Amino acid sequence: MPAPQCSSCHAARAALRRPRSGQALCGACFCTAFEAEVLHTVQAGRLLPPGAVVAVGASGGKDSTVLAHVLRELAPRLGVSLRLVAVDEGIGGYRDAALAAVRRQAALWDLPLTVVAYADLFGGWTMDAVARSTAGSGRSRACCTFCGVLRRRALEEGARLVGATHIVTGHNADDMAETVLMNFLRGDAGRLARGGGLGSRGEGGALPRCRPLQLASQKEVVLYAHFRRLDYFSEECVYAPEAFRGHARHLLKLLEAARPSAALDLVHSAERLALAPAARPPPPGACSRCGALASRALCQACALLDGLQRGRPRLAIGKGRDADGPPGPPPPPPPPPPPPPPRDPGSAPGPAAAGECGAACEGRCAQASL
Amino acid sequence: MAAPLSVEVEFGGGAELLFDGVKKHQVTLPGQEEPWDIRSLLVWIKKNLLKERPELFIQGDSVRPGILVLVNDADWELLGELDYQLQDQDSILFISTLHGG
Repeated sequence: MPAPQCSSCHAARAALRRPRSGQALCGACFCTAFEAEVLHTVQAGRLLPPGAVVAVGASGGKDSTVLAHVLRELAPRLGVSLRLVAVDEGIGGYRDAALAAVRRQAALWDLPLTVVAYADLFGGWTMDAVARSTAGSGRSRACCTFCGVLRRRALEEGARLVGATHIVTGHNADDMAETVLMNFLRGDAGRLARGGGLGSRGEGGALPRCRPLQLASQKEVVLYAHFRRLDYFSEECVYAPEAFRGHARHLLKLLEAARPSAALDLVHSAERLALAPAARPPPPGACSRCGALASRALCQACALLDGLQRGRPRLAIGKGRDADGPPGPPPPPPPPPPPPPPRDPGSAPGPAAAGECGAACEGRCAQASL
Repeated sequence: MAAPLSVEVEFGGGAELLFDGVKKHQVTLPGQEEPWDIRSLLVWIKKNLLKERPELFIQGDSVRPGILVLVNDADWELLGELDYQLQDQDSILFISTLHGG
């Protein structure tokens, strides 16, 4: 059957049908509609006020490429300026090629680019080193959990370096839906509670973040990149095949075959969740080491790095902000902490004091479902 | 009896890795009794072009979920998906969306 006419310009043949409205559009009209929707998302949510200096998390991949391209189109209308920030996790055979794509984009679009590396920020801990340190778990890749936390921190650092007032990332509706599923599957009440909404205001001194593509389906992001002839990097991270997210992604794809709006529906459900009182996370404080937002003594990044340094990488991998304890049978009591060394004014400082997260976390992590 | 067809088959978004990294393939489909459609094209691709791991491209008699199909730059949904009958000089593009962004 021949393709219908574009219902917007009535001049060209339609190239696709929008999933929600069923409207048939040609490539050019679709791209215009896509950009208008992102503009609306940003303006209606007051996500990027005039004068904002916006750090765009740029990985070279399809989502951040589309994000940067669309925001560049919209920047004059929004009155904002853009800086590309790319994170080099130190993954051999993958990240270098992706960074090459970002550099091409920066040159093509005449946008400033800053690259921040794990090796510099985290005392030599590249993702490859973390993977070696966490290998042998026998279950889903633990290193991806580290990467998620450390990449957020690295992006924050990069954004500060370039004087940004806001951070944007390219997460699309499918990504958000996968995250919702992952949090449910892992019983992560803390993350479920924090997951909804278009962005975080930025507590504890963190820069406000948002995801302008959050309501765009992954398919439409790829089609936009196709019709705008955007050059992006499309290989999978070498560690991705073993990441837990793959299970959520597979499940979502099966669901979408039966119900095409599954991704958006999941995101909307998560936004409307109210947690039972016992499950609500405690109000966060500040990390005792770096001052960032934290619900335990150390923030996640510091706790993970601490664990790596001490050769106990699973230290901080737990169920997110569930300091009140998960529902169900209570955990066994943690082993009693060793008595502190006797204080001798003349001696060198002793080992870490008892009660530091090491002893307490051991009990919790023994049941972590990772 | 359908005449031989000359079509261009293209792979993008990482799908090309399953085809020796080659993105564009000029293909001549032999004349046969039944008209060529996307369904039979997929069978032909699996037999003649796919170099490795067919399960990453094909699922059942269709493409794996997450692989977009454009015929002459139009979403195959508009054209009948697997039932679309190929015409001479058609361009069929398979784009994988299955990787991080």
